[in-house]
Amino acid sequence: MYELTDVTKKYDQGKRSVTALNKVTLSIPDGQMVAIQGPTGGGKSTLLQMLGALDRPTDGTIELGRSDLSKLGQGPLGEIRAREIGFVFQGFNLIPTLTAQENVETALAPLGVPTAERVSRATAALESVGLGERGSHLPAELSGGQQQRVAIARALVKEPAVLLADEPTGNLDEHTRDEIMDLLEGLWRAKGLTLIVVTHDSAVARRAQRRLVIRNGVVRDVA
Amino acid sequence: MFVTYLRRELAGRRKQTAIVAIGMALAIALVIIVNAVSSGVQLAQSTVLASVYGVGTDITVSQTPAAPTEGEAGAGGPANFDFGADAGATADGTTTVSQSRLSVDRGTTAFDVTALDTVSGVDNVSAAAATLSLSNTTFDGALPDFSAGTPPTGDDTATGGTPPSGGPDGAGGSSFSVDSFTVLGLDPADEAVGPLSAVSLTDGRSLESTDAGTNVAVLDAGYATTAELVVGDTVAIAGTDFTVVGLVTASSADATTASNVYIPLDVAQTLSGLTDQVTDIYVQAASSTDIEQIQTDVETALPDATVQTQSDLASSVSGSLSSASDLVTNLGLWLSLIVLAAAFLIAILFTISGVTRRTREFGTLKAIGWSNGRIVRQVAGESLVQGLIGGIVGIAVGLAGILVINLVAPTLTAGAATTDPASALGGTGGPGGGGFGQAMVEATTSDIVLQVPVTVSVILIAVGLAVLGGLLAGAIGGWRASRLSPSEALRSIA
Repeated sequence: MYELTDVTKKYDQGKRSVTALNKVTLSIPDGQMVAIQGPTGGGKSTLLQMLGALDRPTDGTIELGRSDLSKLGQGPLGEIRAREIGFVFQGFNLIPTLTAQENVETALAPLGVPTAERVSRATAALESVGLGERGSHLPAELSGGQQQRVAIARALVKEPAVLLADEPTGNLDEHTRDEIMDLLEGLWRAKGLTLIVVTHDSAVARRAQRRLVIRNGVVRDVA
Repeated sequence: MFVTYLRRELAGRRKQTAIVAIGMALAIALVIIVNAVSSGVQLAQSTVLASVYGVGTDITVSQTPAAPTEGEAGAGGPANFDFGADAGATADGTTTVSQSRLSVDRGTTAFDVTALDTVSGVDNVSAAAATLSLSNTTFDGALPDFSAGTPPTGDDTATGGTPPSGGPDGAGGSSFSVDSFTVLGLDPADEAVGPLSAVSLTDGRSLESTDAGTNVAVLDAGYATTAELVVGDTVAIAGTDFTVVGLVTASSADATTASNVYIPLDVAQTLSGLTDQVTDIYVQAASSTDIEQIQTDVETALPDATVQTQSDLASSVSGSLSSASDLVTNLGLWLSLIVLAAAFLIAILFTISGVTRRTREFGTLKAIGWSNGRIVRQVAGESLVQGLIGGIVGIAVGLAGILVINLVAPTLTAGAATTDPASALGGTGGPGGGGFGQAMVEATTSDIVLQVPVTVSVILIAVGLAVLGGLLAGAIGGWRASRLSPSEALRSIA
């Protein structure tokens, strides 16, 4: 469960200070599917970085379970990312020189999973996203939708508590978008994840249990 | 994962891997070749020096001639041959005179043999031997019998008397010849160090401890050929006949030995009138690391002495060998350093460029939990392997280069210019230099075939440089990667 209290994030741009998040207070229960919407530059990605333990707030606290992400160093934050948080990116962010199978395995490398187990879990993850036969393919040999499926397999292979998706369908056509969202929704239901999706697409946002809009660094719930 | 990722990265970015490896390979090949050629040149210099100074001689001690004070003749001045009115033998109207003189040559000063004990007593001196380098000059003259002529009478000397009519041409003329060769007196019981330690016996025997006090001589084979002498013949030194017991030649091809004639030290001292005097001391150090200390200690103990180490002696080697040495030392060294620096720079720049290009990749890996250490290891590992590939190719190219040099086998001409007239005169028989001070004289001239050795240390240096280059590039690239914020992965697409 996420508990955000008065979270403020400011960026220094030369002599100017830009407030990306302004005293955001928010609670996200475990297992909830949340969509975050808002205009470009409104603070969506900054909020996702805070939730994903990729950055620390300038002020306020972010609790994930028993951990206060705002007070942890880079090492512990890295461990939390490795164990508890899965990421899916708009541009898929696969390692171009590694095969689909190896890309999925990269998520298990920091956990010290033995090689045999790593391989079998990655294979199972690829099968769960319908790419069991494509493990030996390089990203360049896969379509956009297939690459995103590999990215989803990579995010879920470590069985995280939270899945953060940043515009997961932003680079996909409508049909593939629906396929990917069906997949994500299915996995969310099957695994009881907390799924937080940042999106511009209202069709994607409508699938969520809860919709948040962020504008000028301020978050509000949409009924 | 580390190995898989590393292998995939290097295979997937072949162009970058090839450029870094080629740069590193060129640099390492150049370092190997320059190092090996340098060793080969040093080896050639040692060969030349060994033919003059003997094998294992680390230090030589001699004495610089002192400048003559006003009104005093310089040491080693012109040789005078004085004949009295009754000198020579007369037959058939011709008087023949002959005189030999054995003396220390110009530019050399004899000093007391007690210096040998002083040098032997210096710490870490494993062996020392003293020699007396001399020059034997023989004057032969044939002139008319002046007593056969009629002296002038009265005041009119222009018309009185008759000139002698004998002489070598039978018409009152004269003929003179001067012959000179070098003689080295050495302790026959001690050949471990000194000039005779570097020679090969071609006929007869070498000097032995029982030869002390006897008139026996060992000749340089080249000189013996010129003088038409063989083992069993006699050679006259200072008017005394010496039996030739052996012939020696320099160990290296075409080089001549340090002197024309070798005789027992005590005999040389007696004949030259230099009792208990020597001109050179050859010193062998217990270890090469002791040479500097021995040099300092000897200079302190013998303040008037000139103490030269092998490196000092190496500077006396001239000819194309010297040019090669200069080329290797100057151009080769700097060229390899510049190419090495360029290769390191290329490796570093490519690694940094690669890290910059892979910002999203490393950001993604950090986002999914990879630690900075794991990413630094990955980048450093890739650079290290690129360096090692370059190193292996460089070693292969370097060894091929050495093979080519050894197959071509360039011949270098070397001359050892020295302050020691005994060696300076080797093979030429003529006196060189003059006056006081250090007379630098072209001595033994040799054609040395340059053989470039391959040593384990050169290979180790190459591997070390490859590892160093790889680690340096990897450390800098890894440092850049570790500074990337994991949020870059998201920010770059937000």
